[in-house]
Amino acid sequence: MNVRVKFSKQGPVKFIGHLDTMRYFQKAIRRAELPIAYSGGFSPHMILSFAAPLGVGVTSQGEYFDMQLTHTVPTKHIEEALNQTMAEGFQVLSARKVEDGKASKAMSLVAAADYCVTFRQGHVIPDNWEEKILDFYGQPSIVTWKKTKRSEKEVDIKPSIYRLEVKENRIYLRLAALSGYYTKPDLVLSAFFQSQKMEFDPLCIQVERLEVYADKGTEDVHHFISLEELGEEVE
Amino acid sequence: MRKLALSDEILLSVDKAARYIGGEINSVMKDPDKVDIRFAMAFPDVFEIGSSHLGMQILYHMFNQREDTWCERVFSPWLDLDQIMRREKIPLFALESQDPVREFDFLGITIQYEMCYTNILQLLDLSRIPLYARERTQEDPIVIGGGPCVFNPEPIAPFFDLFYIGEGETVYHQLLDLYKENKRKGGRREDFLLQAAQVPGIYVPAFYDVTYHADGTIASFGPNRPQVPEKIQKQVMMDMTEAYHMPDPVVPFIKATQDRVTLEIQRGCIRGCRFCQAGMIYRPTRERDVEALKAEARRMLKSTGHEEISLSSLSSSDYSQLEELVTYLIDEFKSQGVNISLPSLRIDAFALDVMSKVQDIRKSSLTFAPEAGSQRLRDVINKGLTEEVILKGAMDAFRGGWNRVKLYFMLGLPTETQEDMRGIAHLAEKIAEEYYTIPKEQRKGKVQINVSTSFFVPKPFTPFQWAPMFREEEFLEKAKVVKEEIRAQLNQKSIHYNWHEANVTILEGFLARGDRRCASVIEAAYKKGALYDAWSESFRPKIWREAFDETGINPDFYTLRERSLEEILPWDFIDAGVTKSFLKREWEQAKKETVTPNCREKCSGCGVKQYGGGVCYERQS
Repeated sequence: MNVRVKFSKQGPVKFIGHLDTMRYFQKAIRRAELPIAYSGGFSPHMILSFAAPLGVGVTSQGEYFDMQLTHTVPTKHIEEALNQTMAEGFQVLSARKVEDGKASKAMSLVAAADYCVTFRQGHVIPDNWEEKILDFYGQPSIVTWKKTKRSEKEVDIKPSIYRLEVKENRIYLRLAALSGYYTKPDLVLSAFFQSQKMEFDPLCIQVERLEVYADKGTEDVHHFISLEELGEEVE
Repeated sequence: MRKLALSDEILLSVDKAARYIGGEINSVMKDPDKVDIRFAMAFPDVFEIGSSHLGMQILYHMFNQREDTWCERVFSPWLDLDQIMRREKIPLFALESQDPVREFDFLGITIQYEMCYTNILQLLDLSRIPLYARERTQEDPIVIGGGPCVFNPEPIAPFFDLFYIGEGETVYHQLLDLYKENKRKGGRREDFLLQAAQVPGIYVPAFYDVTYHADGTIASFGPNRPQVPEKIQKQVMMDMTEAYHMPDPVVPFIKATQDRVTLEIQRGCIRGCRFCQAGMIYRPTRERDVEALKAEARRMLKSTGHEEISLSSLSSSDYSQLEELVTYLIDEFKSQGVNISLPSLRIDAFALDVMSKVQDIRKSSLTFAPEAGSQRLRDVINKGLTEEVILKGAMDAFRGGWNRVKLYFMLGLPTETQEDMRGIAHLAEKIAEEYYTIPKEQRKGKVQINVSTSFFVPKPFTPFQWAPMFREEEFLEKAKVVKEEIRAQLNQKSIHYNWHEANVTILEGFLARGDRRCASVIEAAYKKGALYDAWSESFRPKIWREAFDETGINPDFYTLRERSLEEILPWDFIDAGVTKSFLKREWEQAKKETVTPNCREKCSGCGVKQYGGGVCYERQS
């Protein structure tokens, strides 16, 4: 049985990096005594994969991993068993059965993610940023420098920002998360500060990931569905 | 959600911020208003090292079982955060509540190795507790030290209000009760310390005075008030079955050095190697019940979710129920993806069988610790391992498919000659030659032998406590002898050699057998920036040289002298169970190259029989 688990990461645990978060869940699955499947070989490992890495310091209401169980377990039980052994800050929001097969793996499905960005107290930020950032988003193209593993190159990030809204002092973003076509809130904010001729300190923003989506649309029209909705509850 | 002591900005700018956030599985939260005693339990090294320590886990949970006490954990901030805390004047905090350490009733520091002494001062300094006990007031926590290093607490004595000598399980409750009662009555700090000094195993340095002869040796050492005892008796947990429970250990969010369940199978060691402090101070050997261990293994694996379990003891092969325990662990947990690791195992048929089940032979290597290169010197140090046993073990392993061997030795042992040093190379060569007696088609590639040497440090309460050490250049010369002899061997290409730093060794030797006057050197080095001396990346010998010059203390006095048997040693006021006459006898036997049988073969009358249990009373009814 392939199971997709959705969880949130809030408060101090946001300082736990991606690899340590994976280790945390591996141990949690053992504590919950779920019948997790192992790979073969001399040092077997759990069949478990995370959808999209989350940066250190970023909180989330919509993180995902897929795991394979040796037999069918009611999804409600999986949720409860994991939640009984969560450290403060981690909460399992749902467990859903998903189809087998490579194409349905969480990581390969990820197409977009929603973020909420707020400014931390005590940092220099543009005056009237609420209006200015909407003007910034209204430009036909947003060219900025993007660092990759090997080099730094100039890119237009506008096509990878699917949505930018401002509500109650918060910036809501929907950003592309496909390989080669990928933007992070930092990059958007940094481009915005650049457009205001201001230095961007990544520490000035608190980012929260809200949801991660697959794209079930066509080449021309996106149709985003949360990874959770692709699965189903099982009794 | 808990509020953290450090801002997001700071946590995002330091390495591994999760070291500082607390909140892990099996950590304990309480309401500070509902407890009488707040205890900060500190390990003076970085989180990943400290949180792997079993003793601290045991005491953490033991204290937290008391409703009136909340025990929290404290570790040394790493160098990056250390700088920020000093610059921004942020006080050191405990992980659970994130409250400043200075607000606690106790700061307990576990002291596992000498090279962490400057980190002890860092903990005090960052907590804003005066470094010297005599400068502390009612507002400061009681600073208490424990662990193996306190078997000679003198070099750090001025920094501590009291020391707990021996195993923590015995009189801590009594100590906490006394503190609570004193606090309730509005008693002063001094009142509590005087009461504490009368509890067995508790040493309050301020109540003892030392005088010195003109030649620098100790003239007298004794209490300066009538109520406190002359000798402090080591505390030993004798009931290892009924009263003893392994706790459910805290599961760190980041990968700790020991990312696994540690199962303590016994305390103490029957072997009596003459260089080994642990083998003396943890006597008598006490085995734990195999059924209790099985149940604990189950419970701890379940409560932590760890995927590995490791047996802990000084010499696992001497645990009488080892076979039963290991077979159980393999049968029960191997299929659940749990790795089983077996350190300190003697290589024999059983060990090889077990290892082939729990390890990937292609990736693992065999470890032998002959400690000395010749049979003569192995007799001097009372290491019962013979060349015959090593060669047979290696050969059995080679036939079983292994082709990598690690060998550990010490250089600078008492009575060592050039022939002993060269013996290290010869033993490595013989092992290589054994390998090549196997027909080519049955061998798996080349043999690889890794030889490591450390330099010997004499420790208190060992038969070698009187022995001299060597100068840095002499140590390095010894390593050179080994290196050149290895180069001269036929199979030299299969033998890799590395040796430990000599300058750290000498400092460790100075701190291990120092007296109260040495505290000023530690303070001077710390104030000049010495920190994390146990880490080669941050150890700065130049600072220590300056600290010696500045304080006028000559390390040679502590390291290079052979001490006379009549001399009062700084740690003589401690009764560690093994008597001084036993240690003297062993020192003489060593010089005569005579081996002493282990505790199961024949009692050597070391003195720990007074504790009334353990191996001293096995099969003797």
